[in-house]
Amino acid sequence: MSISKTLNKSLWVYHVNSGSCNGCEIEIVATLTPRYDPERFGIKLVGTPRHADVILITGPVTKKMKEKVLRVYHQTPDPKLVMVIGACGISGGPFYESYTLAGPVDDVVPVDVYVPGCPPRPEAIIFGVVTALKKLEEIQSKK
Amino acid sequence: MATSETKTHSPIKTVIGPIHPALKEPIKFIFEIEGEKISKVDLAPGHNHRGLEWMATRRNPVQILYVAERICGICSIAHSLTFCRAIEQAAAIETPARADYVRTIFAELERIHSHLLWAGVAALELGFDTLFYKTWEVREDVMDLLEYLSGNRVNYGIMQIGGVRRDITPAQHPRIRKSLLNYTILFDELVNMFLEDSVLRMRCRDTGLLTREEALQLCTVGPTQRASGVAADVRQDNPYCAYGDLRVKAVTPDQLLDEVRGDVFDRIIVRLLEVKQSVDIIAQCLETLPDGPLLAIPKIMVLLNHLKKAEGEGIGRHEAPRGEVFHYLRLTADRESPAAWKVKASTYSNLLSWIKMLQGEQVADIPIIVASVDPCISCTDRVAVIKQGKTAVYTQEDLRRISREKTRRLRQG
Repeated sequence: MSISKTLNKSLWVYHVNSGSCNGCEIEIVATLTPRYDPERFGIKLVGTPRHADVILITGPVTKKMKEKVLRVYHQTPDPKLVMVIGACGISGGPFYESYTLAGPVDDVVPVDVYVPGCPPRPEAIIFGVVTALKKLEEIQSKK
Repeated sequence: MATSETKTHSPIKTVIGPIHPALKEPIKFIFEIEGEKISKVDLAPGHNHRGLEWMATRRNPVQILYVAERICGICSIAHSLTFCRAIEQAAAIETPARADYVRTIFAELERIHSHLLWAGVAALELGFDTLFYKTWEVREDVMDLLEYLSGNRVNYGIMQIGGVRRDITPAQHPRIRKSLLNYTILFDELVNMFLEDSVLRMRCRDTGLLTREEALQLCTVGPTQRASGVAADVRQDNPYCAYGDLRVKAVTPDQLLDEVRGDVFDRIIVRLLEVKQSVDIIAQCLETLPDGPLLAIPKIMVLLNHLKKAEGEGIGRHEAPRGEVFHYLRLTADRESPAAWKVKASTYSNLLSWIKMLQGEQVADIPIIVASVDPCISCTDRVAVIKQGKTAVYTQEDLRRISREKTRRLRQG
């Protein structure tokens, strides 16, 4: 698979927890461990949004975290992709009627790829990243 | 708890959180730092508040079970088990013996996976990546076993009010025994790697001290408390499920090294010993697994009708991997959803012990001390240092770099 021009380097990923239950967090870290080893494709977790190409957002975005999620979004340089990991970021999931939700995530920031599951399996997360790359390629070829 | 004032002179005020790239949940720390020493600590939790207890008063008990599982993705057995025990007490439902044993096996498997997860994170914070990958590799085996038994990797969906939803059949025993043998071999390896490494010992010995008196005064729970020499464990003190029939004794660090210091190193010892203890408990359960039904009330509609008519209060206690979990529940007649549900998770009791542990320590030790409590919340991501009106930002990488540089200095010196 050829990788788009804008992101023809390794994809670096930054993870934001916007009020998640930890289930998706540990699956994201499990994805990065030797069993799945996505680092051979250059996919790795970085410590600051300023170095990132992809933002992974978990959790349904609580009111207290909304401003921080927005700040991370604006700190990430373009071109960037936003991936939502887990059911609660997509629709609110089991927390859909809560009084503290400012989300789901696509009410707060624009989202490119949704990875469903509660929590999604590591294979699903890797598939999500591949889908994101394909999407970027399509956008590139239309230009 | 937190104040918003900023100072431009010594002590320097440092803020960590609430967003952090590695794992875990949002929380905010405010440190006052003089040179390398931490002089004052304050914390501001609450970023992860999702209003679960309020939501529970609008759903029926079987629906709440799935919300309880998602209080924390790591302790999903702990919370669903405690909730089940609370509602069973309130509605006077007796669980069958076999269900109690299956519950115990799942609770102990969860403890193994949670402690290995923690050991990996602790190694990562110390800059010992090889050990991190090694422990997480072992952990994947536990996840496979949990998936084999329950069908899910993380939120297992195994608990039901009045029992469990899936059996552990005799055909599954060889696979479980094989994994248990694996952990026993790997346990010795991990003990060697953690306890014989001189640099790891230098980083963790006498770091983040919490004395026995402080542990008791701050009402800490779980491994945090036991590492300070308090031999308390709900499984030992108030047996529930199958624990009454099994040999369970609270693990304290003096069982391995003949002394208790209450530092980070002791917390590592306690957790490693508890992995071994859990393997032992599961083996005992498999030997004595009684026959019988899995559910007290197998039909969901009958169960819901029974719960609707029931009236009363119930409490549930469970020794989760991080310490005691406590649920309170009140049912009123002619109402499907409970009138009240209160959850006290284990990290809640351990939060304030950070303040004692961190005072007087170095900035480079923040990651490992914060991680040593095994919080459902750890936040070593973004630190703003305000010095003479100028602001510099520390990312988690910077903090980890400082922590690693200290390890390197020790290794060379």
